[in-house]
Amino acid sequence: MITLLALLLAQTVRTLVPYVCAAVGGALSERSGVVNIALEGILLASGLGAVVVHVATGSAVAGLAAGVMVGAVFGALHALLVLRAGANAILSGLALNLFAVAGTRFLLRALYRSSSNSPPISAFRVAEGSSLLVRTFADPILWLAIVLAVATAHFLAKSPTGLRIRAAGESPEAVLSAGLSLGRLRAGAVIVGSAICGLGGVALAYDQHQFQSGMSGGRGFIALAAVVLSGWRPGRAALLCGAFAALDAAQIVLQDRMRSAQDLLAMLPYVVTLILLGVAARPRDSRGGIAAAGRDWTRAPAALGKES
Amino acid sequence: MSGLLRGSVAGLLVAVLALAIAWLAFDLLVIGYGESPHQLIVLLVRGTWGTAYGIGQVLYKATPLLFGGIAVSIALRAGLFNVGVEGQMSIAALGAAVVAARLSGLSPWLAVPIALAAAAFFGALWAAPAALLRARRGVHEVIATILLNRVADGVVTFLLAAGLALPASVRTPAIAPSTRLARLETVVPALAGSAVSYALPLGVALLLLWSVSARWTRLGRELEQVAQGPEACAAEHIPVARRRFEALVLSGAVAGLAASATVFGYKGAFEQGLGAGAGFISIAVALLGRGSFGGLLAAALLLGTLQQGGLVINARVPMEIIDVVSAVLIVAVAIADRKLTRLFGALDHERRLAA
Repeated sequence: MITLLALLLAQTVRTLVPYVCAAVGGALSERSGVVNIALEGILLASGLGAVVVHVATGSAVAGLAAGVMVGAVFGALHALLVLRAGANAILSGLALNLFAVAGTRFLLRALYRSSSNSPPISAFRVAEGSSLLVRTFADPILWLAIVLAVATAHFLAKSPTGLRIRAAGESPEAVLSAGLSLGRLRAGAVIVGSAICGLGGVALAYDQHQFQSGMSGGRGFIALAAVVLSGWRPGRAALLCGAFAALDAAQIVLQDRMRSAQDLLAMLPYVVTLILLGVAARPRDSRGGIAAAGRDWTRAPAALGKES
Repeated sequence: MSGLLRGSVAGLLVAVLALAIAWLAFDLLVIGYGESPHQLIVLLVRGTWGTAYGIGQVLYKATPLLFGGIAVSIALRAGLFNVGVEGQMSIAALGAAVVAARLSGLSPWLAVPIALAAAAFFGALWAAPAALLRARRGVHEVIATILLNRVADGVVTFLLAAGLALPASVRTPAIAPSTRLARLETVVPALAGSAVSYALPLGVALLLLWSVSARWTRLGRELEQVAQGPEACAAEHIPVARRRFEALVLSGAVAGLAASATVFGYKGAFEQGLGAGAGFISIAVALLGRGSFGGLLAAALLLGTLQQGGLVINARVPMEIIDVVSAVLIVAVAIADRKLTRLFGALDHERRLAA
């Protein structure tokens, strides 16, 4: 029993990192008024980016930096398309997801002549030889993710720049009349948020010691659900991710014991989110923005592609 | 220039511009892969429009995209984004295949409409939660349909494993012969071997029905008004929430009818992954087609050509290149549309000032 619990805890913590990174990154981006549904694609693309550089250089640190960089590049693309070129944020996000899913498979075949996975990587080797639980908690990416999550939540809530980013999402007019650049605030939030999400992709690939085609497996969408459900609060979104990760871990631990229970568990985060959205949403919100928690996001000009 | 004409000129310009950008992306990727873009384009065209079989396969690939494109357009007409076509298609295909397997002994004149109605029903069923959440609770339909796509994945896997599939397979029992839609090779022998069926004319008929009723019926016009000004509609006693609900459910029903091509016209059963991906490409069809009859038809054929073309060139470059190019196409359309609308708007403004 103890070993099963330890296994469950270790597995939960291991699966937690990609969720938390994606959710915190997504919350940061959306708070600035730019909807970011590309989290799933960013997880995939940055996972591959990290593995490619890791394989090429043999350095796990270089791979991590590359993965975060790929996330930032995707964020920059999203910001460019939405804020500069005026593309609809949802279309841009959809296209980035499609681009990442197909692009990673294309690159797998182009670089490694494989349609399923990359060569293995060593990732971070710490506390080798000790138990799974110890190794899990010795993982530097885990601590990096925790620090980033806490820092982002604190930054958004307390710092002057965080306040400006929230204002960019909630009342852009106020930001403009304060003489600040709406575009710069939003682009910054989207790029940094996507880079944080990129760290989640690195964690995903390093945990498996290789890149596998489609390995994000919907985690970006679950993170998106957590963001919406949390009312766009990074701290709460990260906690929700903890619950979703525990479900995920239960799935892995249950593996092969109960096949059909596993399929049902996999759907649970989405179903729960749908139901809670229905319960929590402000009834008959005529504008119907992404405003589940009573915040009307359509008022943010860029949020749904409306002009400022 | 009349408004209608200017609309189609702008639409054509957007399409040409977006296609040029997508073509450029294709060339760059192919060169990066170490192949010749020219040779691959020739290969792609020969393998699709070069033979009667190739044309048949393009038409087959275009059929679900046509249904999906109409579905996305219906929702867009009301200002709603149905990103859930993918999930609606898979649930409808599974549901319709299960219903159709039980229709043996009926005459085709009865069995086919029942099977199609089942497909539309299950598609609508899968859009209904999003429609309800949107209309009653104001939950954004994009979030709801993204989540429903994921749930659909799980439900299909679960139900197939839980007994809808034949033992030790991911495939449902064969549908009743009377529910099968005939292949077009029965009327055009040259298409022999290709999977295109009567689902294609059905899709074209539906497209015609939609493009006429969007413009000339009360529902069609009210949907557009709901998109343009919900507050004004409320003042005019147009039931905004109800129209939104109807638009999304109708969109889901039409998406579900894509099963006519995949299940009834081609496979004769549902299996995991049948027609997967068409729902996302349908969004590109709707964007390129801009809701018009000719536009949607051309866009479905174009993206159907690309999908079939991906299979043709797969031996030389990974077929995923087609989805990468489709992603570029979506972005290019979204931007070109915005820029040109602004340009035409500016021209209009100047003309009005000059008058």
